[in-house]
Parts: sequence; structure tokens; C-alpha cells
Amino acid sequence: MPALKKPIEDMQYILATDVGSTTTKARFFHKKDGVWRFYVAGEAPTTVEAPYEDVTLGVQNAVREVEELTGHKLLSPDGSGLILPYDGKQGVDLYCTTSSAGGGLQMMVAGLIKNMTAESANRAALGAGAIVMDVIARDDGRQPYQKIQRIRNLRPDMILLAGGTDGGAGQHVMEIAELIKAAEPKPRLGASYSLPIVYAGNKSIRDDIAKLFKGEFALTCVDNIRPVLEQENTEPARRAVHELFMEHVMSHAPGYNRLMKWTDIPIMPTPAGEGMAIQLIADTFKINVLGVGLGGATTNVYSIVEGRFVRSVSANLGMSYSVTNVMKEAGIPNIMRWIPFKIEEEEVASRLMNKMIRPTTIPQTLEDLIVEHAVAREALRLGLQHHRTIATRLKGVQVQRTISDMFEQAIEDSYVKMMTIEVIAGTGGLLSHAPRRVQPMLILSDAWLPEGVTRMFQDSVFMMPHLGVTSTVYRDAAWSIFDKDCLVRIGTSIAAAGISKLGEHCMTVELTMPDGKTQKEDMNFGDIKLVPLSEGLEVKAVITPAKTFDVGEGPGKPKEATVIGGIAGIMLDARGRPLYLPEDDNQRRDLLYKWFTSLKLYPEDPLKELVK
Amino acid sequence: MTTKKQEAQKHEKSEDDESSEAHAYTPGLKVKRAMIIDKLRRLPIPGEVLHKVGDKVNYDTKIARTEISGDPEIVKVAMTLGVEAEDMGRFMLKKPGDKVKEGENIAFYTALFGLIKKNVPSPKNGTIESVSEVTGQVIVRGAPIPVDVDAYLPGKLVEVVPREGAVVQTYGAFIQGIFGIGGETHGEIKVIVAGNSDEITPDKIGPDCKGKVLIGGSLVTLEAMKKAVEVGASVVVVGGVRHQDLTTFTGQEIGVAITGQEEVGITLIITEGFGKMNMNATTFKLLKSFEGYLACVNGATQIRAGVLRPEIIIPHEEKEEEKGDTFALGMVPGTPVRIIRQPYFGAIGVVNSLPVELQALESESMVRVLTVKLQDGTIATVPRANVEIIEE
Repeated sequence: MPALKKPIEDMQYILATDVGSTTTKARFFHKKDGVWRFYVAGEAPTTVEAPYEDVTLGVQNAVREVEELTGHKLLSPDGSGLILPYDGKQGVDLYCTTSSAGGGLQMMVAGLIKNMTAESANRAALGAGAIVMDVIARDDGRQPYQKIQRIRNLRPDMILLAGGTDGGAGQHVMEIAELIKAAEPKPRLGASYSLPIVYAGNKSIRDDIAKLFKGEFALTCVDNIRPVLEQENTEPARRAVHELFMEHVMSHAPGYNRLMKWTDIPIMPTPAGEGMAIQLIADTFKINVLGVGLGGATTNVYSIVEGRFVRSVSANLGMSYSVTNVMKEAGIPNIMRWIPFKIEEEEVASRLMNKMIRPTTIPQTLEDLIVEHAVAREALRLGLQHHRTIATRLKGVQVQRTISDMFEQAIEDSYVKMMTIEVIAGTGGLLSHAPRRVQPMLILSDAWLPEGVTRMFQDSVFMMPHLGVTSTVYRDAAWSIFDKDCLVRIGTSIAAAGISKLGEHCMTVELTMPDGKTQKEDMNFGDIKLVPLSEGLEVKAVITPAKTFDVGEGPGKPKEATVIGGIAGIMLDARGRPLYLPEDDNQRRDLLYKWFTSLKLYPEDPLKELVK
Repeated sequence: MTTKKQEAQKHEKSEDDESSEAHAYTPGLKVKRAMIIDKLRRLPIPGEVLHKVGDKVNYDTKIARTEISGDPEIVKVAMTLGVEAEDMGRFMLKKPGDKVKEGENIAFYTALFGLIKKNVPSPKNGTIESVSEVTGQVIVRGAPIPVDVDAYLPGKLVEVVPREGAVVQTYGAFIQGIFGIGGETHGEIKVIVAGNSDEITPDKIGPDCKGKVLIGGSLVTLEAMKKAVEVGASVVVVGGVRHQDLTTFTGQEIGVAITGQEEVGITLIITEGFGKMNMNATTFKLLKSFEGYLACVNGATQIRAGVLRPEIIIPHEEKEEEKGDTFALGMVPGTPVRIIRQPYFGAIGVVNSLPVELQALESESMVRVLTVKLQDGTIATVPRANVEIIEE
């Protein structure tokens, strides 16, 4: 890794880019009057594909836009990269980047037992920001020939193999290894290099593993992911995956060898950068956070619960390239249930198919926007569902943890319980570009069903990955920008868990407003309401649920909390947990319309016209 | 966001910053009457190229060949014999590299003076690849599978990539669709509708459609697709298809747009989108003018990571003066465009103006827009991201 060009305390300008699958996004940061702030953004198409086949062209185009907007010269005139460091007139002091171009890091994971070593290996791969294409295990229900066929059809960038405890029997792990070897998987990028395999299993059979893979695979052995059954140690495997991502995968992607020379710190997969940004929130506020990057192709969910960090990457849940896969996975009736007007299923399906084949188009009509928001709810719901299968504890197990441990151990059932989540944060085009800030607040609420008191944040202009990678070397600068320019405080949700009949009492919320006056809100089941409270303002809230409802202290027990405002304000949600939606289509549409108008979710007249 | 990226790319190409501000750049689908078409035909793994530069080829000429290793089969020999893995070697009748036939014994165990006998037959014809005394497994590798690459287009080879393949060049019409299913195929063009707004219904498909590339108008119904398969048609090219019909026809919902491997009896190409959509008049006219010609067609579509659109290539020798590349000029007032999203989906027009300021849409999004003069003379305001240049 090249050394930084300047001590961090002397830095004035930082440039970070994210080389996405379609767009390269440059974000330019500047320290002014001693405070780090976001300065300007530049974007250009990613140039990983023919005819360009050199990602640095897209980076230069995006940076050139920054130059044009600021008049600040950044690119070397000879095309050799950035001018580093800032010399008082031109250049930047730090350049770093994340990347998901060409589909990101695509991995196959193999382990002995599906719910043990294979699951641990899956967590390690996801922790490194990978998309896991498949998890092969001895007990995954497939016959050996089916597994071989599957491995042959996949073209992963890398394989992570785990299995067995240290010193235990190695035969079964060798069987899995032989299966991989027999399948002769080929790397996705370039047929000329050996496919990297990270072995993180029983260390006593490393020699046999090395002998088996010799000459055909690029093998890296690291500490066992499950040295003993009761311990999960994913960090060495995660680190190895990350290093190999740089050495093998990135270096074979067009132009990355050049890009790696330009950057001051290693290139990071986009989900890894995004996850670090979400971690910044949890670390700074010392709270439980659930975050999401809702992208065009993937949905990445991050949880930090009592210090445990888990990332999941749902490869085919997204709002453009993968939008029809959301429809396929969720089922069209689940998308239709969020639409407050009459529209044929076939019409919705056609629109989504058309979005998939022309993924860069944007909704012009309100009707189209509402359809996309409906899909977003389902992508988020499915993304969290997937996340919960990964954010689980090891049964009755002692956990070995280090500060750098990206994940944690855990539980048989998922420990991601909405009542314990204090902050929900979202990023990605649909959430960041929603015309009204209350829209992402309701979309996230409908999809994830927060309970009790939950603050809602969102990324202002998609710069979480940039700040995540920046935070690896200059945390204070990253946080300053994150806090002031990236994190939009949308507001706070107060939601009661429980179910009742429409119109029956659900909770009473007493708010002591900044002017000292008390505002009392009686919420009946099925109601949702927004109480305006500006960003930065705090109020004291006493929430008294009806006896069958819970707001965090147990059924019927009142809760006192300090509630913080935001652009949208405080959302009082008495719609039930699970959320109540009538079976009858007309009733359901009426109820949705009531919610949408209560929150001023969309422009009033066009919405009225649509539901008429 | 799209608009920004398009503009940024335009900035790079433009030497005149002032004019570049008025430009936008949205590549559209190619509909070209005559152009030189180069196709790189490549083996999946290195092999042998069978022709040299300058050789004339037909669409079915094999131009490169290789073999991929056969499917392996794992045989649990030690377990079957009831011996320890480390002792298994003693009972093997075959060693790595030996050829074996299906049913032929590869291991044999005897004990108690021959009273107990166990043998392990090979599950397939192939070669013994490995004998593991760690796991007790033997891998039998099936015979190599030959892979040939044909020329796909009639033409000549203009470049050979050693051990990988060659570039085939032809001259002809080139039409891209927006989405397709099914892989490469060929056939004679046959127009089976009167106009670009007509639906393909089963009654329009008869036995004379066998092996043909059928050209329709606005929609192909499920029944019509089934009929096309029934009569042995090669391809259906049409403006649109209903989502449910396609799902029923292929037997699966399309999740992510990576297609081309479907085996459904025909290759289907839609030129406009999902739902009932009139085929672009220019596309229809062009296809109609080549009725009776051979078309080389590929339905493979990939939207992400290397955009690949389905294509219809009609080799011919009719010369036509090449027009300037609209793609390279970017979008300027007068550029022909197609609107690709509601509320004007499918409408054709020309760019009227490209205002610089962001404008609010009905959805309240603030975006860069353009105004389009539609064919009926009305002026529509649409996001720049929602139009594509018609490349003719």
C-alpha cells in the first residue's frame, strides 16, 4: 500500500470515487475553516466494458466534472492519475475509491455443514463485501453430481472453503475439496489466471489441501473459521478475501491495475465501504443500527446490534436491473398491496419488465413513482428477511471477538429485533432521490416495521461508500462530512407493536414541545400521523400504549423517551405490528389513501385523481 | 443521474464546452439498413482456429474448435469396499490416467480366501482422474466434450485471434431489439402482418412459416408463440409481448435479464418493450423490405455488466451511403428520439429543446428534461433519461 502523501492533519482536499456497475461517482471533500465538508459531486458512465475497457476513463470523466464545477484542477495533465498532494493551487491530498463494477466480487462458498462452517464462511464472504453466488455444503441436500454441475456453471471470482475443527477428522473436508477440484471452476474474469481459493478450515489437513489444489488454483490458507465448534473466527478469512480481491480480481478487471496505482489506499468493494459508513453511525452514537443500500442491482443490509456487525448482500434484489426479480421473489400481489389505486397486475408487471430492460429511466408520472415505491418496500422487506438468516447466533456459544471483527456470533434465531433497533439508515438512488423526504421514511417503515422509538436517517446524495473508505484512514474527516452533509435526519418513528381492530385505541403520545407546550396525540389502531418537529430539536415524549400494545417496555407499559426531529418530523404509527392491511381490495386501497394523505406523502390533487 | 453521466461523457468528447452543455447523449437501439458488421467468434477456452484471414465462410462454417473436460463422477471406492481410505490403493485395478468403460471394475477386494468379494464398477466411460487415499474417493472423468464455434454470419474472416477464434465480417442490415429469449439461429424473413400495429395471432402462422423469421407488429400472443413452435418457425420478431404470456411460454418468470440459453423452440425478439407496443415504423419497414432474405438472429440479452441486446443481421450487397453516426453526435435539437417510459411510452419525435435548468415532473422529481416534438405535432416534456436516440 502506498504511503499517504501528507499527514492527515495537514490535508485540505480529499477525493473519493465509487466505480459502480453503470456510473462512476466522484465526491470531492474540502476542509474549510477547520471543518471537513462535502464540496461537490461529479458523475460519469463507468467504462469497464468495451469499447473502453478501462475504468480509469470513467474515473477521469467523473473527476473532470468536479474540475469543471469547482475550477479546481485535479487530474494530471499527462493522464497518469490525480495530482497528489494538494500544492496550494491544485491536486488532492488523498484519493480513495470503492468499486462494484462488473458485478462486484462474486464468490462461491463451501463448508462442511450447512448451518455451521458453511454459514460461518458465508458470513465471512459477505463481510468482505462479496456477493455469494452459492453455498455448497455436505448436507445441502444436493447429490455430488448436482453440486459439481452447479460449480461448473458458476464462474466465481473466488472460492472460500471452510470445514472441520482444528485437529478433527479431515476426510469430509477433503471430499468437498475434491469435489471443487473435479468441477474445475473457471474464474469469471479472464481464463488465463488461476482461480483463488481461500482455505479456512481444519488446519491439520492444510498440506493435503495444498497438494490437491497445487498448480490449478491460487490457494491461500488462513486460520480456521471455526477452530473449535463453539467459536467463530471470521476475520482472517475476511481479510484474505479482501486482499485477494485486490490481487486477483481487481487486477484482472480492465484498467484496475492503473487505478490501483492512483489510489492512496486499497480499493474496497462498494458494500464494504457502505457498511463502514453505517458502522460510523453505530460507533458514534453507541446505538443499534439497521442500514440499507437499496441499489439498482443489489440490496445490501447492515446491522449493528450490541456491537455485532453483520452485512448481507442480496445479489438480485434491486430497483432497476433486478426489479423484476423483486417481483418474482415477492410475488406480484405483494407489490400490488402497496398501491392505492386500481391498476391491472399485467400492467404493473409490464412496467417493471420495461424498467428492467431500460434500467436508467425514471418515473415521470405519480402513478409510476408509486409503483416503484411499492417495489422498493418489497425489495427492502426481502433484503431484511435475507439478512436475518445471516444475522444469527451460534447456538449456546462463547464468542471470541476482536475490535476488527466484522461480524459476530450468534444465535440460532436472528437477533435483529425491531424493538431494539434505534436507528434506521438508508442509501441508494430511490431513497436518496425521493421527491419528498417523508417518502423514504414511510417506505422503510412499511418494509421493516420499526417498533418503539426509531430515528430515521438517509444518505443525501449517495456518498456513504465514499465516506466508508475514507474512514479507514481519516475517521474524523469522514465523520464530519457524514454528520454535516451526508446524513439527512428524516425524523423519528414512534410505533406500537400489537394488533387490534380498526378505530380502537392504540396509544397516547404526549410531547413536551420546544415552546414548553404539551401536545397530546391519541392514536387509534390504523392511524398514522406526522407531527412536525424540525431537525435538531428535541422533545420529551411519554408514550402510553393500550394494554395489548408494546412500545418497548412491555404490553401496556408507558415509555418515556427523548425524541429528535427531522425534515419530516415525528411519525406516530398505530397501524399495527405486524402491519394491518385489509384483505378486501377496496378497503385496503381506502386505508392506504388515508395514510398517504395523512402524511402528505404525495401531491394531493394528482393522488386524488389517481384513486378516484 | 443518467443525464449527468451522459453529459459527463459528452464533455469528454466535446472540445467546445459551451455547445456541450446543450447536448445530451443517450444511446438507442441500432436500426441500420446497411453497414459493415464485425463479429468476434470466440471459444470459451483456448483451442484451435480452423481458418485463416481472408477465408470466406457461411453462417454454419465451423471456424474454431476445442474440447472441454468431461463431467466428473465421484466414486466412493473405500466405502464400497469397506476398507480404510489409506489402504484403498492396494485394491485399485486402475490407476490415474487409465481409460475405463462403464461397468468395468476399477477396484476389487477379496478376503477369506475368496469367500468375500467386492468390486466397484466404473459409473461411466472415461478416464481415472484421481485416487485419493485421504477420502477414499476416485474421480472418473467422462470423455472430453467437443465445442465448435461457427461463423454465425456469412462473410469473410478479417482477423484471427490465435487459439481463441476469429472476427467474421459481413455487410448488411443491423437491427437491435430491446429484449429477447433463445440463442443464435437463422431463417428467411417472412412478414406475417399487414402493418406495424397488427398483432400476431395463431391464424397468421401456417406450415409455410417453417424455418422462417416471422415479422409481426405490436404483439405476439401466447397461442401464436405456441403455434410458431408447432410449425417449426425459427424466430418471431415483434413490438411487444405480455409479461404473463412470456412467463407461461418459457415456463419461468424472468428475474434478471440475462437470456439466450432458453430452449423454447423459437428465438423471440421484442423490439419495443413489454405489453402491446407498435413496432417502430422504421424497423418494420426495413424488415419488410428484406422479405425473403436470410437473417442471422440472436435473442441473447444482458442488461447488466456488458450490455448485450438481441439482434437481427440481414446480409446483403445493396450499397447505401453511410449516414453520419447519430450516436457520436449526441442529442441535439432535431435528433430523432423515442420516448421509453410513461406517459408517452413508444412515442416517436424529434428533440425540440434541451433546457439546462432542472424541472419538476408530475412525480415532483427535479430533473433535467428535454422537449420533444411528437409526430402529431404536440410538444412533450420528458426527463432526458426517458428518451433514446433512434439510430438509423
